[in-house]
Amino acid sequence: MLVRTQFAGFGGQGVLLMGYVLSNGAMLKGLNVTFFPSYGAEMRGGTANCMVTLSDKKIASPVGSQADILVAMNGPSLDKFEPTVAKGGLIVLNQSLIKWGPKRQDVEVFSVPLVDLAREAGSERAANMVMIGAVCAKRDLLPLEDVVKGMQAAMKGKDKFFALNTKGIQRGFTFAQTGK
Amino acid sequence: MSAPAAEKIFGRPESLKDVATHYCPGCGHSVAHRLVAECLDEMGLREKTIGVPPVGCAVLAYNYFNFDMVEAPHGRALAVATGIKRVRPDSFVLTYQGDGDLAAIGTAETIHAANRGELISCIFINNAIYGMTGGQMAPTTIIGEVTTTTPGGREAKAHGSPIDISRMLAVCEGAVYIERCTLNSFKGIKQAKKAIRKCFQVQVDGLGFGLVELLSPCPTNMKMSPKQAWQWIDNQMMKTYPLGLIKDTTGYEDK
Amino acid sequence: MPSEKKLMRGSDTLAEAAVRAGCRFFSGYPITPQNELPEYLSWRLPQAGGTFIQAESELSAINMVLGAAATGARALTSSSSPGVSLKQEGISYLAGQELPAVVANMMRGGPGLGNIAASAADYFQATRGGGHGDYRTPVLAPAGCQELAELTFLAFDLADKYRTPVMLLGDGLIGQVMEPVVFPDPIDPADLPPKDYILDGCAGRAPRAIFSMLLGQQGELYKHNLHLQEKYEQITADEQRWEENLTEDADIIAVAYGTASRIAMSAVEELRAEGVKAGLFRPITLWPYPKQALRKLAQGGVKVAVFELSAGQMVEDVMLSVGERAEIHFYGIPGGVIPTPADVIDFLRSALKGDGKVGRRVEI
Ligand SMILES: Cc1ncc(C[n+]2csc(CCOP(=O)(O)OP(=O)(O)O)c2C)c(N)n1
Ligand code: SF4
Repeated sequence: MLVRTQFAGFGGQGVLLMGYVLSNGAMLKGLNVTFFPSYGAEMRGGTANCMVTLSDKKIASPVGSQADILVAMNGPSLDKFEPTVAKGGLIVLNQSLIKWGPKRQDVEVFSVPLVDLAREAGSERAANMVMIGAVCAKRDLLPLEDVVKGMQAAMKGKDKFFALNTKGIQRGFTFAQTGK
Repeated sequence: MSAPAAEKIFGRPESLKDVATHYCPGCGHSVAHRLVAECLDEMGLREKTIGVPPVGCAVLAYNYFNFDMVEAPHGRALAVATGIKRVRPDSFVLTYQGDGDLAAIGTAETIHAANRGELISCIFINNAIYGMTGGQMAPTTIIGEVTTTTPGGREAKAHGSPIDISRMLAVCEGAVYIERCTLNSFKGIKQAKKAIRKCFQVQVDGLGFGLVELLSPCPTNMKMSPKQAWQWIDNQMMKTYPLGLIKDTTGYEDK
Repeated sequence: MPSEKKLMRGSDTLAEAAVRAGCRFFSGYPITPQNELPEYLSWRLPQAGGTFIQAESELSAINMVLGAAATGARALTSSSSPGVSLKQEGISYLAGQELPAVVANMMRGGPGLGNIAASAADYFQATRGGGHGDYRTPVLAPAGCQELAELTFLAFDLADKYRTPVMLLGDGLIGQVMEPVVFPDPIDPADLPPKDYILDGCAGRAPRAIFSMLLGQQGELYKHNLHLQEKYEQITADEQRWEENLTEDADIIAVAYGTASRIAMSAVEELRAEGVKAGLFRPITLWPYPKQALRKLAQGGVKVAVFELSAGQMVEDVMLSVGERAEIHFYGIPGGVIPTPADVIDFLRSALKGDGKVGRRVEI
């Protein structure tokens, strides 16, 4: 198994943190993982993206020819990365910000009403946690406990956010599993 | 055409290209660019000007300024400018440099250009931090200021004290005009423009090296709102870098 | 005790590994894409009782390292391409004075200011000496975080063993990528073998001097150079490192280092899955180049396909190693663009067919 997930959005949406949570969770579960973030002046432009690769075998390249999953947090990110998704891949959309769908017909699309779900979980600030929960559940990347563990490892020392974030992750899981 | 032509009171100076810059909201670079451009326009210097941008957030200044410019390696702007001015003494030569560029890696070039009295105008943007590389300590970072390489705040013993390069340059015989202004208020900006004009006049009159230091907000790396960053300059930065004339041997009346 | 497994960025990995390898002095100047390294050491070194200095320039940084090395400390400096150019003078002095130090270069696109994306266009500079004079520096090219941690230890060991500057040559991707790392046991600097040439005050012994200027009329500089060359021969004989993957039965062998080797390995795996007999030869020391090892593989009609994040630099060492024993093909991506495994697959296919569609055949 080798899964590449591209996360993309604008600065402040916690895009890199999503990738970091997934990477930590996967590592703790014993998988191999690479996390490659955008950096430097690219960030000043206000966009942020990262690619996370998970595998049960040794990972050769941390950059892939294609992504199996694209997590698009805003419109421009969808436009930019849509063409890089593999045939039959999954595009997960932040429905609260993206009002149009991908043009591609050969991929699966999963829209998540992030802001609403995050509010239900306790705060809009947990939107990225809802998203990572939803993505992991949708494609069985990691079980809920491992995502939560990954979050705790990724945010070591910031314990005061653990409760809210855990609720966010749970909310994402429930949405992906029940559609509600 | 019977209607009288409207008098244009505000618009884009010709010395600035009609493009959007990449500077963050509230950044001092945008204001400084405008002031430089206005002064060049008003003094009719644009077509004679050859500029040297820094390596720093203003590295792309050649995309914004509407006159000839050549890139220099990090810190070497005044050496490059010296070469230009010596070959083309009739051109108007200016450098535009950040604090890292001018007062860290380029210190030697800066001191020696000033000391030689090169007929160059230097615009020095002091934002007390490394903007482009993401908020490391600058030579001008003030005591206590938290940066990514002084996570516990700058301490004199471990990191050195903030360098007041403008006052150091004042010792150089060849430097004839040095003034420190600020970009964090309307009043400050007005004074800054006056200083830049005067600095340019020094070169036009062939008197020597001129430099205007501009205290400039970098809200992004200070992790502040633009307003907080402006206040920080008033409340903190100016204690280390008081505004005002630092050196003037021009003999101009307007002192 | 080895550390627990931790997800770490390449730059942080190098920094932490350096401290664990007994490095107690760092001086550097900010530059993307390796800023996280000095930022990490700015708190980590003081914690370990060491010194962190943000120098006013790379010129200054490398010379602070020279001073620290002269007093016996394990010392590190780090930068990216434009800054490493400025360090060349100091590296030449370190080589001439036979002082150990580790210099890390997280290469970015050039020439000039270039860009901050991963690139590998400083191969010539790194492997041919870089500064003035007849010298070489051992160059280690990690391909990921775990290896970076291990090679950082090795870099300090080689530097001390041979009294030479050693370069860790990574790139923007190696510096920024995060992977799980387990660090080797930390070394206490007090446990390192004593150095009999360092300056610590001449109480109880004759004064020492460390210098590289040899003006004497008796061929002193000539002799010093012969001594350096003997040392380089020793390093060449003993310190070549490389990795071979799926090369035994290969019809085509990709040759790549660092980030390029990771991308090439993905390409090799995908081609193998389709039944194409592809393999990878990955030099870990770029100087000394693992010439004989590569030469041995170049036989029986195998094709050699060099892939670099540059317009073609390491390919010259491949030519020197392989000569006319095998067909050599080259594909290079200059200018800080990171290609994907698909690009390399196209290249390897094209090289196998010899249709010249991607890359080119290299004439010796
Ligand atoms: C030789 C070299 N070293 C380091 C750098 C990286 N670098 C780019 S800009 C900069 C400093 C920027 O700070 P400053 O001059 O204060 O300008 P600002 O970005 O704050 O306007 C550095 C260190 C470089 N480009 N070249
Ligand atoms: S980082 Fe700072 S100096 Fe650079 S553009 Fe933004 S506000 Fe201006």
